[in-house]
Amino acid sequence: MRDVRTHDIEAVFRESYGRAVAVLTRLLGDIDAAEEAVQDAFLIAVQRWPVDGVPPSPAGWIVTTARNRAIDRLRRESTRTDRHRAAALLADPGPPAEEGAVRDDRLRMLFTCCHPALAPATRVALTLRLVGGLSTAEIAHAFLVPEATMAQRLVRAKNKIRDARIPYRVPAEADLPDRLSGVLAVVYLVYSEGHTASAGDRLVRTDLCAEAVRLARELAELMPDEPEVLGLLALVLLSESRRSARVAPDGSLVPLPEQDRSRWDADLITEGQLLVRRCLRRGAPGPYQVQAAIQAVHSDAASPEETDWRQVLALYDHLMALTPSPVVALNRAVAVAEVDGPAAALALVDALDLPRSHLLPAVRADLLRRLGRDAEAAAAYDEALALAGNATERAFLERRRAEIAGAG
Amino acid sequence: MPQYLLSLIQPDGPVPPPEVLEPIMRDVAAVTERMRAAGAWVFSAGLHPAETATVVRSAGEDFLVTDGPYAEAKEHVGGFTIVEAEDLDAALAWGREVARATTLPVEVRPIANGGV
Repeated sequence: MRDVRTHDIEAVFRESYGRAVAVLTRLLGDIDAAEEAVQDAFLIAVQRWPVDGVPPSPAGWIVTTARNRAIDRLRRESTRTDRHRAAALLADPGPPAEEGAVRDDRLRMLFTCCHPALAPATRVALTLRLVGGLSTAEIAHAFLVPEATMAQRLVRAKNKIRDARIPYRVPAEADLPDRLSGVLAVVYLVYSEGHTASAGDRLVRTDLCAEAVRLARELAELMPDEPEVLGLLALVLLSESRRSARVAPDGSLVPLPEQDRSRWDADLITEGQLLVRRCLRRGAPGPYQVQAAIQAVHSDAASPEETDWRQVLALYDHLMALTPSPVVALNRAVAVAEVDGPAAALALVDALDLPRSHLLPAVRADLLRRLGRDAEAAAAYDEALALAGNATERAFLERRRAEIAGAG
Repeated sequence: MPQYLLSLIQPDGPVPPPEVLEPIMRDVAAVTERMRAAGAWVFSAGLHPAETATVVRSAGEDFLVTDGPYAEAKEHVGGFTIVEAEDLDAALAWGREVARATTLPVEVRPIANGGV
């Protein structure tokens, strides 16, 4: 029989681990010590709450208890500096009562985890651990690496933060746009990996998608005045609205034109579209806002035929001006195919260079198929198949390849 | 105050001609001056080419001496600066200035125990 109270504590753990570690890191000046203190506090919660009941503010209780445990621990240590730190902690007014201060600590933690001096994969892992409160095992599982490898990666990152003194603060105004785009990239990376796992049998890793949505919501709560933050939230919500329609009951991939639109999540679409309008009104469009706007146009169409492809293409033109990249150019070519026909799109695609990605040959194959050039299309599908790592995507490409083989 | 080692990573090969080198040396001197003015400068030095290096290894009671730098590479540390900086962001800001002046990559590495 499952103990309901243990379940409650697990929920509090997941919800408040990040905020508690953020507050304690500021108080203790050390992430490891903060994590240790917070884990101590949860151990006490597991013993006490089933007897005493869950306190009225569980998250606040965890922070206060963790702080007291940290003071006890420092007092027991024999060195003078540790006793000194314990005294300083006692003199500190203690855990912040008001939300504003907690919010600042959570932002500091995010910017530390996403510091450019850390490797991108490390930023993602640290953010999931220290901001999202995921366990090392969960992160390892999500990225399909052994737990020991992930644990080592996290330890190394925390050592670097400590030894190289990566600062625990929100960057100055002048550096903020650059550093913020690093934070947004980490959240989007978590979502992308969840949305189309780069390896493995399942197309979607629901856990990572949910985590990215949670991080994006939290970021929008922390920085409600940054249009790109709202743009990122809108983008993940609109992508998320189609998740269940994107995978067939047998686990296979359903491309956008073939999706059953009645299965799209209307609430998420409404929320996403509202956010798109809200951030675009600020008149500072950035790459996430434009991508969200593209998704909003798709969400507007009741059927694929009703899609306003001219608007999609205009938005891709805008995106190319903001962030010219072969991937954006490839997606723009898909819109060109709908507006000007597959031949015009193929000319654009053939001029692109995107080595090692299955996306380019997959789009090429589809355009060739629509132009009736079946033999060339089959060759392009083979090329895409050789590069695709996700089993579900591979199955989709194989199905398409078999269709033209059958027709020819 | 924490200290950081800023190493200049220089490609092996001939020294650039004076018309290239002189403006670079002027820029580097200006950066050093700014470091001094900010109270961040501790020490800096340029090095002779890596081929002038000698490696000494202890081998039991004996020593083994070999000609050339320790690492076989096409680039080596060509000079270094030690700065005092509050944190990595401050050290990286100096690193950026040095990189801009020298047009070379700069490795920024914390010195252990605050330089003690």
